[in-house]
Amino acid sequence: MRLTQSTLGQMKALVLAGAAALITTMSANAQSTVTVAMTAGDIPDWSGQPDQGFEGYRFVGYSLYDGLLAWDLSSTDEEVDVVPGLATSYEVDPDNPKRWIFDLRQGVTFHDGCEWNADVAVWNIERLINEAHPAFNPAQFARARSRTSNIAGAEKIDEATFAITTSDEESLFPYNLPYVFMVSQCAVEEAGNDWAAYSDNPSGTGPYVFESVVPHERLVLAKNENYWNEDRIPKHDKLVLMPMPEATTRASALLSGQVNFIEAPSPDMIPALEGAGMNVVTNVYPHTWPYLFNTMEGAFTDKRIRQAANYAVDREAMLAMLGGVATESYGAYIPEQENYGDVFVYEHDVEKARSLLEEAGCMPCEIKVAISTSGSGQMQPLPMNELVKAQLEEAGFEVNFEVIDWNTMITMFQQGAVAYPDYDAINFSSAVMEPFSFVRGFMSRYQSPNGGNWGGYSNPEVDDLLEQALTTYNIDEQNELIREAHEMITEDAARLFIVSDLNPRALAPNLSGFVQAQSWFQDMTPIIVE
Amino acid sequence: MWIYAIQRTLYAIPIAVGVSIICFGLVYLAPGDPIQSLLPPDATVEDVAMIRRLYGLDQPLPIQYLEWLMRALTGDLGTSLQTNRPVSYEVFNALGNTLSIAIGAVLLAFILAFALGTLAAYNRGKLIDKFATGISAVGISIPNYWLAIVLVIVFAVTFRVLPATGMGSGGSETFNWFDWNQVKYAVLPMLTLAMIPLGVVTRSTRSAVADTLGQDFVQMLRAKGLSNVAILTHAVRNALPQILAVMGLQLGYLIGGSILIETIFTWPGTGFLMSKAILTRDIPLLQGTILVLALSFVLINLVVDLLQTLVDPRIKRA
Repeated sequence: MRLTQSTLGQMKALVLAGAAALITTMSANAQSTVTVAMTAGDIPDWSGQPDQGFEGYRFVGYSLYDGLLAWDLSSTDEEVDVVPGLATSYEVDPDNPKRWIFDLRQGVTFHDGCEWNADVAVWNIERLINEAHPAFNPAQFARARSRTSNIAGAEKIDEATFAITTSDEESLFPYNLPYVFMVSQCAVEEAGNDWAAYSDNPSGTGPYVFESVVPHERLVLAKNENYWNEDRIPKHDKLVLMPMPEATTRASALLSGQVNFIEAPSPDMIPALEGAGMNVVTNVYPHTWPYLFNTMEGAFTDKRIRQAANYAVDREAMLAMLGGVATESYGAYIPEQENYGDVFVYEHDVEKARSLLEEAGCMPCEIKVAISTSGSGQMQPLPMNELVKAQLEEAGFEVNFEVIDWNTMITMFQQGAVAYPDYDAINFSSAVMEPFSFVRGFMSRYQSPNGGNWGGYSNPEVDDLLEQALTTYNIDEQNELIREAHEMITEDAARLFIVSDLNPRALAPNLSGFVQAQSWFQDMTPIIVE
Repeated sequence: MWIYAIQRTLYAIPIAVGVSIICFGLVYLAPGDPIQSLLPPDATVEDVAMIRRLYGLDQPLPIQYLEWLMRALTGDLGTSLQTNRPVSYEVFNALGNTLSIAIGAVLLAFILAFALGTLAAYNRGKLIDKFATGISAVGISIPNYWLAIVLVIVFAVTFRVLPATGMGSGGSETFNWFDWNQVKYAVLPMLTLAMIPLGVVTRSTRSAVADTLGQDFVQMLRAKGLSNVAILTHAVRNALPQILAVMGLQLGYLIGGSILIETIFTWPGTGFLMSKAILTRDIPLLQGTILVLALSFVLINLVVDLLQTLVDPRIKRA
């Protein structure tokens, strides 16, 4: 009774296409409600730092809460930058590069009416770093950890100003702050510092207020009429979030009018959705789908073999298979990002790949790669990896896959190649949204298990440039250094660069105004429901 | 009979302990780690160690198990690592949601299968028999996740008479069996779930009734000049305990929830809950769910045994 993924996909597409042909109109959505079918298996935690990966931040985090800094998600064709959020400006203390001073936005109140001020800011930072804090919560601590691990403490300067002190000097520190959400201290204290009780009545400063929840099924948010950023007061009354992990179910729910906004329809369903009048939107964003090489042990310690793999991959064939929901990737950044630079482009060249393998004395070049069956950002891992395998083998590799589930893959990623020396690579999606993620992916000091550099990539020149960037406070100079480092890692074939995702979404025809930003995060507020 | 019931209930204790030890062990033998679902993937060793300590996952396995068992004995199944809600709340909510469609599916399947199987046995080799055999083969062999997708496409997408997903327009909290606008959400999941029991029960009814019809006492009844209907009634009554046992097993399977069906319909039942617990290695939730399900299975079997005694006094339970 097992069907292969592609047969099942074709079957689904065929039946859906037939069904779609019969549909002529969409039922009108009476209320002004945007109902989203998320890919998550559960409603992301709405009591502060969300779970369920970036989807949790996208739909729940940035709807209910704000950080000190925010993302500018208002454009489809510009790289997303960090903009003021609950802080209007910040500067590094001229006398102490480990102290950051923030001017707080005035006149902002939480949904429960409590005031946003320096005391609340200090309380929020402390609760996320200090185990002895009365509002400390292990889950929130854990989820914020990769953003807060460098924070040593916070102090109030006056009502409208506060400072964060870091343990190490780090010029990129502010890039962490859009991920750290500010919750209402009164609401948490009223709940007796019990986060489960707080989640019955959560309170942030975001563009939506909590209305109701049915655990595991739906989270209902309502428009915040008093949102401090008047440009972002939602243009609809309600935002309903429903977890729907199965792609066919999401498509059916959209076609039958139960929801009007779905995440990630599978490529084989897109023609059917478009045929039924749905708007399928895509955009580039910093989401690449590479193989991370083990550069400490095995074949890929040799640059020629890394290059051979990059020459062997036919990215166009991959795009054709994905039906246009991806673009070629030649780096950790995407070309639309400022720090992409003038990268080395490994054009498809099987002969060159072969001769490099021969030169390296690895023919056939046997490699072992871990791939996952599914997972956040992993796209369509099974058919895509089958194609990569076929392409690599054409050039003289011999690819052995170890297929594991997503949780196991994350374990493997976290522990690093050092714990899995017999693996030559893992297929693990990557999101370089800001310089800090890049630094953590390629600097040798962040070798896993102490950061995001899984394969232990180490290049003294790259280290040097990034080390300089970490102590450079002029943003342009900082970017210059990072750009140079990025060019270097592409030439060095630090990863097997394959494709980057275009993140398709499908919207019912009566929705307008959605602007798909070049980001993992999206602004839902401008959507108009007719 | 009551002594028998108490005995059987006591037998459930070693079963529950055994089940919980096996699943506790399996979760730890499987690769992956509950910590990974809590921390970002690039977390450092120190953070991993700290979270492990905060959640009590740094204790030796037997200690963790015994602590869990001690609490479970007092009715406290712990707290879900992922949702931070009590496991008992999660499990009983999900169980209620699954039961609502499982019982419906089994009743539907039983009524249809009983009628169909009896008719088939009585008319062996005739058209109706072939029809029943066909239905039973289809029910057993069609992959029900495929059927679920097809039903959704036909009834929800094309004809738009039934909803595609979810449990009621406002979710399970407002689901109401006496309101068609809510009940219609349960129709497709129930139909899909009914297919396998329909196949199995039709087949076993047919063979049980056919067996009975071939026995000497039926010859005797015929010789006495009883009407066909009366003979059939006797035969069915004799076959019933066997059919009940099969149905009880089917209900037991269904309350375990079907991971595939509940995922396709986003039905918030035990299958859906368990798949989430497995994927995130949410050990307390997984343990609690399996324990409750194992005990329910034992309970259903007990009820079926007692029902059999009521239906057929020859089966003595003492």
